Amino acid sequence: MSDLLRIIGNGADVPDQPIPEGLGDKDLVAIYRWLVLLRAYDERSVALQRQGRIGTYALYWGEEATQAGTLYALEETDWIFPSYRQNSIGILRGVPPSVILAWWRGYGGDVGFYDTRHFRTGPICVPIGTHLPHAVGTSWAAKLRGERTASLAWFGDGATSEGDFHEAMNFASVFKTATIFFCTNNQWAISTPVSRQMATKTVAEKALAYAMPAVRVDGFDPIACWKATKDAADRGREGGGPTLIEAFCYRIGAHGTADDPRLYRDEAETEPWKAWEPLSRMASFLDRLGVLDESGAEKIKAEAKQTIAEAVTEMEAIETPGLEVIFDNVYAKDRPWMFIEGLEELRSVGQRELVKPLNAGAPADDTEIPEEGV
Amino acid sequence: MARALNDGLRLALSGDERVLLMGEDVGRAGGVFRISDKLRGEFGEERVIDAPVAESGIVGVAFGMAVAGMRPIVELQFMGFSYPAYDQIISHVSRIRHRSRHRFTAPMVIRIPYGGGIGAAEHHSESMESIYLHIPGLKVVVPSTPVDAKGLLLAAVEDPDPVVFLEPIRSYRSITEVVPGDYYTTPIGEAAVRREGTDVTLISYGAMMRETLGAADVLEGRGISAEVIDLRSLVPLDVDTIVASVIKTGRVAVVHEAPRTGGFGGEIAAIVQEKAFFSLEMPVLRVTGWDSVFPLKRSERLYLPNVAGIAEEVQTRLFEG
Ligand SMILES: Cc1ncc(C[n+]2csc(CCOP(=O)(O)OP(=O)(O)O)c2C)c(N)n1
Ligand SMILES: [Mg+2]
Repeated sequence: MSDLLRIIGNGADVPDQPIPEGLGDKDLVAIYRWLVLLRAYDERSVALQRQGRIGTYALYWGEEATQAGTLYALEETDWIFPSYRQNSIGILRGVPPSVILAWWRGYGGDVGFYDTRHFRTGPICVPIGTHLPHAVGTSWAAKLRGERTASLAWFGDGATSEGDFHEAMNFASVFKTATIFFCTNNQWAISTPVSRQMATKTVAEKALAYAMPAVRVDGFDPIACWKATKDAADRGREGGGPTLIEAFCYRIGAHGTADDPRLYRDEAETEPWKAWEPLSRMASFLDRLGVLDESGAEKIKAEAKQTIAEAVTEMEAIETPGLEVIFDNVYAKDRPWMFIEGLEELRSVGQRELVKPLNAGAPADDTEIPEEGV
Repeated sequence: MARALNDGLRLALSGDERVLLMGEDVGRAGGVFRISDKLRGEFGEERVIDAPVAESGIVGVAFGMAVAGMRPIVELQFMGFSYPAYDQIISHVSRIRHRSRHRFTAPMVIRIPYGGGIGAAEHHSESMESIYLHIPGLKVVVPSTPVDAKGLLLAAVEDPDPVVFLEPIRSYRSITEVVPGDYYTTPIGEAAVRREGTDVTLISYGAMMRETLGAADVLEGRGISAEVIDLRSLVPLDVDTIVASVIKTGRVAVVHEAPRTGGFGGEIAAIVQEKAFFSLEMPVLRVTGWDSVFPLKRSERLYLPNVAGIAEEVQTRLFEG
């Protein structure tokens, strides 16, 4: 990992680097706070899934730096496009955590969907790589309107194999849009290792083909993620075009709650990566700097846990929406005739009963199919 | 059904060296639904191939292999993620026979898990078979039972033309039966009459078969004798079986979880009125998913037809209407 941009060392053989210009003590603590909030959300979500209180969940344990550090480098007016892996990034922009939890619980209707325009945060994107051209579009629109707005999209190493990745990279470089392609190279796409995903040694070198600057950073280092993103955004705003950032890390957890990595990788390989995970690393960094001591860090953790606990209560108090949700949010105005008739059908015949669980009477494993996807 | 498909894949791979399996996570992990469980170990990574995350590439590359004499089976992980491959399917896979005037063909199987009912996340529950039905040159097959799943899969592998093989996710583990261990094929293009009856013909396929058969039971209790047809193959369609049944019963309901507009129910209704118009006592009924986006987990039961609903609609709309 020698070619990686890295600021935070490990307190032993890997030294700390000077803190980049633009980050004060307050910022460092704020980034730590974000890391901790994301972690609290993530760990709680996994527990909720195990208890059957939310559905299949895509965890990101260890990948908090690529979110918190990165987002902290952007302006509130910049557009961000998360994939499922950054599913809760909205909470760092003010989306109530209960809203995103509700999406995973799967209420339907308006529940679980944040105001994408207000938060300048795209909806959580599930089809791999398909949101990358969108990030090009929003930054291009900003350029056409003379705004200094950048856009950033997160995606994985696997996503670089999709056509949409290459099409978006090409558009961005041809039209010099202020787009930041942020690849979290966690070295796995479900069960497929990065060595089987691409023949190149790095993701970053793919930018060469698009005459685009690229940088590789330690994806477990929130300050390195901040620095790379800040530079890319600054350059983009000045008309310097797009940047590809490769945040090199490792998927320490499973792909999702339905995934069992023991099927395809030796968990002993995962062990050494845990030492780099961003939370304890950032905490000891702040301690070394004398910015935040252990009790300060503990306080932040307790606050985050409390925030998420309240969000869970809030989320579970939400009532399941009525049957008209099936026909909501599809078209702008009046419901078309087939929706009006459908609603009548649904109400009168009670065709799809509201009370009975979907698979009542079916074998129990019906709903427990191993599937990850997401 | 999962085990029957696994068994079918194993027989296909062991019976013909030209057969290979390619898709995202089909190798090391044995597929996200474990349909190809253990096959990589048995046949090696040259024949059970973990592909990059690139659906257009998977289908396009497999097409090239098929043209060059291989018999690829590809898995697209979910129907909701099959769309990047659509261009390859519609522009090349389905029409190479026509464009090369039989000199080339693409004997390949495109396996696509589809459908709702397991409380999955967004994009994981879609039933968009219509977009494949509309393409000339493709066959579209949907098993509803484990025995058929295996037999149709092996028939699809043998077929000289490309076959889109739709696997109802909801049935993978909920539908079980004893499946013969030997190699057999179930002919593509033949429907199965799952239940004989005299008053109404219920037509369905895939995961909706269980609901439809359940509805037939309910209707029997109400004095209505339902004949139930499992289409098994949507293209080519077994018109004779449908028409013969309609002539007998005079009433028809089509059940599918796909949206109604442009759905297969409309096609069946058209065929029935073309070929059995004077036998019809009532208009053809469609009991289907809605023309809206498939909802999240907690609302999916509002979207999918179920036993009580099908029975209710058939009774009120075809017998009391
Ligand atoms: C178009 C598409 N194909 C397949 C999938 C199923 N799928 C979900 S995640 C995933 C792997 C993605 O790996 P990567 O891009 O490295 O991101 P990571 O999950 O590691 O963050 C796949 C194949 C999907 N969601 N969308
Ligand atoms: Mg990855």
